[in-house]
Amino acid sequence: MNEIALLLAATLNAGTVLAIAALGLLINERAGIVNLGAEGLMLVAAVAGFAVAVRTGSDTLAFGAGALAGALLASVFGILVIWLNTNQYATGLALSLFGAGFSAFVGQPFTRERLGERASFDIPLLSDIPFVGPALFKQHPMVWVAIGLTLALAWWLTRSRSGLILRAVGESPESAHALGYPVRRIRLAAVVAGGALCGVAGAYISVVYTPLWVEGMVAGKGWIALALTTFATWRPARVLLGAYLFGGVTMLQFHLQGQGVQIASQFLVMLPYLATIAVLVLISRNAAWIKANMPASLGKPFSPGG
Amino acid sequence: MFKLESRAAPSSAMALASPLIALAVTVAVGVVLFLLLGKDPLLGLRMFFVEPVKSGYAWSEIAVKAVPLILIALGLALCFRANVWNIGAEGQYILGAIFAGGIAMQATPDSPRAIVVAILLAGVVGGMMWAAITALLRDRFNANEILVSLMLVYVAEMVLSYLVYGPWRDPQGFNFPQTVTFAKPTQVPRLFSGLRVNLGLIVALVAVVGMAVFLFRLFRGMQAQIGGPAPMAARYGGFSSRASLWTALLTSGGLAGLAGALEATGPLGQLTPYVPVGYGFAAIIVAFVGRLHPVGIVFSAVLMSMFYIGGELAQSRMQLPKSITGVFQGLLLFSLLASDTLIHYRIRLTKKPVRPEVSKGPQTTGVAA
Repeated sequence: MNEIALLLAATLNAGTVLAIAALGLLINERAGIVNLGAEGLMLVAAVAGFAVAVRTGSDTLAFGAGALAGALLASVFGILVIWLNTNQYATGLALSLFGAGFSAFVGQPFTRERLGERASFDIPLLSDIPFVGPALFKQHPMVWVAIGLTLALAWWLTRSRSGLILRAVGESPESAHALGYPVRRIRLAAVVAGGALCGVAGAYISVVYTPLWVEGMVAGKGWIALALTTFATWRPARVLLGAYLFGGVTMLQFHLQGQGVQIASQFLVMLPYLATIAVLVLISRNAAWIKANMPASLGKPFSPGG
Repeated sequence: MFKLESRAAPSSAMALASPLIALAVTVAVGVVLFLLLGKDPLLGLRMFFVEPVKSGYAWSEIAVKAVPLILIALGLALCFRANVWNIGAEGQYILGAIFAGGIAMQATPDSPRAIVVAILLAGVVGGMMWAAITALLRDRFNANEILVSLMLVYVAEMVLSYLVYGPWRDPQGFNFPQTVTFAKPTQVPRLFSGLRVNLGLIVALVAVVGMAVFLFRLFRGMQAQIGGPAPMAARYGGFSSRASLWTALLTSGGLAGLAGALEATGPLGQLTPYVPVGYGFAAIIVAFVGRLHPVGIVFSAVLMSMFYIGGELAQSRMQLPKSITGVFQGLLLFSLLASDTLIHYRIRLTKKPVRPEVSKGPQTTGVAA
């Protein structure tokens, strides 16, 4: 019983990383931009967050540093793809490759550092409830932030004027431009916001999830987050659900290892990656389903008057 | 302020100059980086651009790294030309090494020398099979090849790790995760005594010529390049974009697998968890910097190998982390993509600031500096 509660708690924790990053990418993609650089952004943000956490001891500042690092790198990406019309895939890949190298380079001195005692976030009384307590009420506040963000984004995209404009930019930048909206600046804002969220997710990995810095520690979570937006057919609530599903798969591997299941650990580590492929296949086989929800101008460059 | 103005036709001079501009930018950033780190920038540049090419031995080491990069990048060039975004070459490389290793492990000191051929072919098959998964899922289920091929890299790493920690572990290996050292007949013949460069260099150069002929001289090669970016045109011409997808992925998978096989039976001589060193990812940069052209790829692979060796030298002689190589590689691709803008646009100085969203004229786009 208690074990299941802990598994559930760990699932929410693991899912939070994916959810925050994928929600950021969702904002990008709703504006028509695919950022394949998510993995690189998250790696650099993970170093930035960890460095600040080590130096200042403040998790909040660490998340801020992660967000800033993510936003900065994303803005470079954004200027290249939005103003210089470089290929989005190639530029995103460049960002991922650069991020991997750069984070390894600047992270070198931090590989031997450790963070101090991690704060406990037990909610008094509620955390003492059997089962539900350890599963839900001992979580890092970021878990709740992810849920709040999902709700806010779902509301904003469908119920607010600015959300509608963002979607218009992603569906038909020509029409949005004709209506007088600054398409390129809106896209840049979306890219920067998405990058900042990826950055927060990256910092969460190195500061809370596995509190240390190791080269390449994001381990494909940026790419899984990219797959999640497709899986969720660009809907915030489904992103959160998908993130928890993947968090569950990730945690299942540790759980099974703990149970002494006679499978080589390597096959368990493969699980989230195989699950990503399986999910992509299941979702993508229905072309109509994808097309109905996909932002119509996703990945396509736009230049006003050109 | 300045603005970008469309050229009437893409500038072919700029297409060639762009990689050089990108290199210049990367070097400039490198100099700043060395200064910031308190290192002598001239010494730093020497590590990257002089030391790696100053002797026959040094050139041999360049070739050892350039061979896998050339082979993988050739396949990727075909993929990217066909608009197939295979970014999982690293996984196809690993499978090539695994398949090759599986045969090489069986060899004894008395095995015939021809076993090398079987080993290399096994590598090709391994890489092709791994790429075929991506092709199949894309073809049958429309699953995004970027994500599938990349996820398969992680899976391939785990398969390799399972084999060298488990069933393939050398019983006399003091519990290290490694296979037996392959018997002598499996070794790819070296070209010169005392130098590590081997027959793989000839294989890679043959592949360069082969790819050039395929891309620019064969009808099938033209079909493969049209099917991806213009499926409608391809259908009108009577050839399918599906064939183009499979051709691109199987070719690049096979070439990456060959690279893995050459690495396993050449410089490495056994399988360990450290077979993958990122050649599959670096080759993406090699392909773009080489303008997706077989000859250009040879030059950019040499450049990329200089970055690798320069990084190692910077570590041993200047106490800089080896990962500086990755920084420079990423920077190079970034600057290349940015300076590629000059192929399609020219920069015009303007007196008045131009607001980006209200620029007039059918062919003009403004950029806020």
